[in-house]
Amino acid sequence: MGAVIDNEVVTTRSNQDVFSGILQELAANDGQIVVVTSDSRGSGKLVPFGQKFPEQIVEIGIAEQNLVGVAAGLASAGKKAFAVSPACFLTARALEQIKNDVAYSDNPVRLVGISAGVSYGPLGTTHHSLHDFAVLRAINNIIIVAPADNFETEQAARLSAKINKPIYLRFGKKPMPLLNPCETSFEFGKGRIVREGDDLAIIANGETVYPALQAAEKLHHEHGINATVVSMHTIKPLDTVLLAKLAIDTGAIITVEEHGVYGGLGEACASYLLQHGYKKPFKIMGIPDEYTVTGSQAEILNHYHISKDGIADAAIQLLKTI
Amino acid sequence: MTERELAQKSIAYRKNILKYIVGANAGHTGGSLSCIDILNVLYNNFLNVSPETFASPDRDRYIQSKGHCVEALFVVLADKGFFAESDLETLCKYKSHYIGHPTRKVHGVEQNTGALGHGLPVAVGTALAAKMDKKAYRVFTLLGDGELPEGSNWEAALTASHYKLDNLCAIVDKNTLQITGPTADVCNTDPLDKKFETFGWSVTEVDGHDFKALNETLAKIPFETGKPNLIIAHTVKGKGISFMENQIKWHHGVPNKDQYIDAVDELNNALALV
Repeated sequence: MGAVIDNEVVTTRSNQDVFSGILQELAANDGQIVVVTSDSRGSGKLVPFGQKFPEQIVEIGIAEQNLVGVAAGLASAGKKAFAVSPACFLTARALEQIKNDVAYSDNPVRLVGISAGVSYGPLGTTHHSLHDFAVLRAINNIIIVAPADNFETEQAARLSAKINKPIYLRFGKKPMPLLNPCETSFEFGKGRIVREGDDLAIIANGETVYPALQAAEKLHHEHGINATVVSMHTIKPLDTVLLAKLAIDTGAIITVEEHGVYGGLGEACASYLLQHGYKKPFKIMGIPDEYTVTGSQAEILNHYHISKDGIADAAIQLLKTI
Repeated sequence: MTERELAQKSIAYRKNILKYIVGANAGHTGGSLSCIDILNVLYNNFLNVSPETFASPDRDRYIQSKGHCVEALFVVLADKGFFAESDLETLCKYKSHYIGHPTRKVHGVEQNTGALGHGLPVAVGTALAAKMDKKAYRVFTLLGDGELPEGSNWEAALTASHYKLDNLCAIVDKNTLQITGPTADVCNTDPLDKKFETFGWSVTEVDGHDFKALNETLAKIPFETGKPNLIIAHTVKGKGISFMENQIKWHHGVPNKDQYIDAVDELNNALALV
């Protein structure tokens, strides 16, 4: 817990740091929990886990295909395997293992994509995961979750240990503010409303929920516009009940994600809405289909208007079309 | 089973492989015939698994990495009572679970395979779980020699020796032919024994159609304490049907009516000599 800024509690912990802490707590009470890493325990904040539970961590080395295959074998033999690797490598290099050995074979591996989106900033495209929602959405039998804050991360970690299904959890490196109300119940497949308003809905996930919320506050204070903000932490299965309600109750919809504009949260929402007769002004905000600009995570997101001001401006423009 | 019983069983299996491939008008004939003797010895003399014990966490595991030769696996599983043999009449038919690669929808199948280079990593994970849980079960996986260039095999080979998985046995069905041509011409993986030995494995070579040799070799596992086991099984693609042996066109060739009759005749004649 940290200081309260704009009614939000700011923590100094990243989601992957919180995830690591919860995993230690779970592992202390469940010897079947196993972490599988590909030389990624440092960036995954898993060094303390390895020190406390040396019998419950499997180091594979830099070999992501093998990481996922081995995790599938461990899972098939009853282990609660969490395969932790940078999201960029995990979901591209090992995609066929995810598709076949995890999802198709129904081996309940918990795939944990760390340093996701543009968390690695200036390291460039090789280290960005702007494709992971898209490729995993196209695979049958996998739950895809991008928690927004430490609360959702903790809940997602606990829930993923309980349910025996293939899951992809996506975390970033940035210390994240806690979004209100932090006592909200959490379920996979149920979007979390973090702010309510009638004029439009901003649907975001992962680390973009916070700037979406900041944008909503700005819209309210500077323009008298009231936005609902949703953390759509689960992209698959998508909370279509909430989506339909938002389409009925609000005037326009913006989606925001730290992902390419193709195949992610935005297109998932658009697909549902269009096929079910909801015609609303609609905008997808994400990383465009281009050679990604160089910079820190914040600079890259700002460049592509995934920021308080950028999202607020997009909302104003969209509402002008009504 | 005695060697004579195994020989008789393999002939029955070969007949069924051909019967159901002809029925499906699809299948991987040559490779199924090259690996069937290995599966025969594994399932009838070594694997601690049955329809009744398949849910047991202590069962031995068999993971078929060369999933395309599923017909060999299906006829053995049917024979072992995992399902009615008549189910195989639906092989590759609309809405059948008996598709052209192993799937867990079929009782007795451990893993869904078909994409190559996947069996060994999953087998490594399963064998590692046995070590972590101090369980005695063993994990066997069958690889084709044509799939060895897949890099995931070599990643898994490293992990297997790193974790000293002497409860893991990989068997290479080295029939030396793949769809394009001789495996040595497509991408030469020889000397295979030296490569795996360098990766920290204990390697044994065997005639993959010699029941006595297969029995003796499999009985020696682990070949060395603390090392994963590799058996290089020298086999013949299309084994048992003279006009199919060592002919690449039978990789996924389906016999026509006359060829099927000739093949069954040949197998019947062979049975009379066992």
